[in-house]
Amino acid sequence: MNPLLFGILALLMIASALGVVLLHSPVRSALSLVMTLFLLAVTFLFLDAYLVAALQVVVYAGAIMVLFLFVIMLLNLQADPQGMAKVGVRFAAVLLASLFLLAAVRFFVAPAALGSGTGMGGTPPAGFGSVEAVAERLFTHSLFAFEVTSVLLLVAIIGAVVLAKRKLV
Amino acid sequence: MAEQYLPVLVTFVVVGGLVGAFVGLGRLLGPRNLTKVKAEPFECGNPPSGSAWGRFSVKFYMTAILFIVFDVEVVFLYPWAVMFRRLGWYGFAEMMVFVAILGLALLYVWRKGALEWD
Amino acid sequence: MWIEVLIALIKASAIVGMIVGLAGMLGWVERKGSALIQDRIGANRASIFGFAGAGLINTMMADPLKFFTKEDIVPARVDRLLHTLAPCVAMFPVLATFAVIPFGDVLQVGERSINLQVAPLNIGILYVLAMAGLAVYGVVLAGWASNDRLSLLGGIRGSAQMISYEVGMGLSIVAMVMTYGTLDLQAMVRAQGHLIGGWLPAWGVLYQPLAFLIFLCAGIAESKRVPFDLPEGESELVSGYFTEYSGIKYLMFFMTDFIEIAVIAGLITTMFFGGWQVPYLMRDGFHFPGGAAVLLPQVIVAVLQIGSFMVKVFFFCWFQIMIRWTLPRLRYDTLMRLGWKGLLPAALLNILATAVIALAVQG
Repeated sequence: MNPLLFGILALLMIASALGVVLLHSPVRSALSLVMTLFLLAVTFLFLDAYLVAALQVVVYAGAIMVLFLFVIMLLNLQADPQGMAKVGVRFAAVLLASLFLLAAVRFFVAPAALGSGTGMGGTPPAGFGSVEAVAERLFTHSLFAFEVTSVLLLVAIIGAVVLAKRKLV
Repeated sequence: MAEQYLPVLVTFVVVGGLVGAFVGLGRLLGPRNLTKVKAEPFECGNPPSGSAWGRFSVKFYMTAILFIVFDVEVVFLYPWAVMFRRLGWYGFAEMMVFVAILGLALLYVWRKGALEWD
Repeated sequence: MWIEVLIALIKASAIVGMIVGLAGMLGWVERKGSALIQDRIGANRASIFGFAGAGLINTMMADPLKFFTKEDIVPARVDRLLHTLAPCVAMFPVLATFAVIPFGDVLQVGERSINLQVAPLNIGILYVLAMAGLAVYGVVLAGWASNDRLSLLGGIRGSAQMISYEVGMGLSIVAMVMTYGTLDLQAMVRAQGHLIGGWLPAWGVLYQPLAFLIFLCAGIAESKRVPFDLPEGESELVSGYFTEYSGIKYLMFFMTDFIEIAVIAGLITTMFFGGWQVPYLMRDGFHFPGGAAVLLPQVIVAVLQIGSFMVKVFFFCWFQIMIRWTLPRLRYDTLMRLGWKGLLPAALLNILATAVIALAVQG
């Protein structure tokens, strides 16, 4: 895949991800997150995962983020006037982020050392990531996970209804 | 196969350019006479009655949650719909279990009255 | 690769230009059509030296010029970026949806066969669904960025309505995907060229009439047109979520309304009414069921197909405008009830029935 295109995509994604964290207004933050998820879907396209890319936009950027925006607007969340956190918290955050970065670099430089045997090279088989291929696997090999997903969704709905219908004393 | 998506990028660029041209043209051609009265929120001529937010209904939150759940259901239905002839009756049964469980969810929400007065 | 970019650019610009022009024309159809229905004359003042050009002067020149040159009033204490972004975010997905709607078969130019569809995605339907999902953001942002309680209420109600009917829309399209076994819109249109029993064109509406009705209903609700236009609420919320917009931004919201009519019409045509198919017209000419054949050059065939597509799209746009001026508005709770308790179960039952019939016929 074209390194230049990937470079542009990666820069845009990092910028919008930083926007989520650094912007003051919650609505702008949420919109940055939508942008990040959309760019993530584009990354999936580059990885030949067409169905997953479309589903990422439909479900995540199109449904879950709408919920986020609803909540922000219904609760009228304003920009946080407090500003930056205390020194101790900032120090801990920088430390943890650096550790994560180190681990990520280690993973990409020597993946075998961390036990991921398959590596990340080579070309995928033909038809990989297309709707037919995903459907094939989903309804044969991953059937149990698929059915459990529906139970999970049922539980989520029951939880939401119980929380929403609770009489406030 | 990702070349299929190049025209999508071109479309995005064309549409983005059009939209940007609209906004830019409006900025160029419109006059600028912002007075205090014009900048107030419009409430049919009444003076603005403050920004008391009031309690917004939790029904909107319920609708969004329901939408997420049923959107995920729709999203699982698409791969099945493309392949359902090849998956035969067995695949049909699998899918119907899935739909039935989510139908149960719909029934529960219906009976609990969370679909009312929105 | 650059030649492909150029071809895509030409196709995309042609389609976008056509749709924006169609949106303008629909404004005129709306004005004069509503006037005819309501037994009055309608707008007839705009003309150049007495030449009114059958409404073209009014909607194509006077109206846009008026909107462009009006002042852009941004209310105080709003987030200016979001206020400007909202109409852009509203207009972008609906225009981008047209990238996957096929408006013709292939066109042979030299030794290159150009598919008359801007983006030949093989997950075309999912792209449409993705764009429909993104269209919600324009509404909710417009309501929020107006710093006005009533606009916010209109925006939240509008987006709640849109997401409720999006489920129904997605489910009715699932039935169509089951019928054709593909997500590619061009393949769906090609499949509708078959003849049932040797003489009846196999259009989608014959296979899935219920899905057609559900999609029509859900589509009109998505575009927030009457009878589902409470978020806009012309007699109640002033203009609902775009009250605080003026000038070009208002025009953008207004155009989004008409472009969505065109999008719904385009999707109905593509999935249910044969898209660019003319009955009995194959790639080399007419082949009538009796055996008679009229051979035509390829360019004429392409022109006939594009013409057929445009006629069908225009018919459904007109149909939606007629519905607007005929039916009264639904109350909000009736509207949500219809979406969740009516369309959703109906679409699910439709899918169930389609699956049972298809599997029984096959095996």
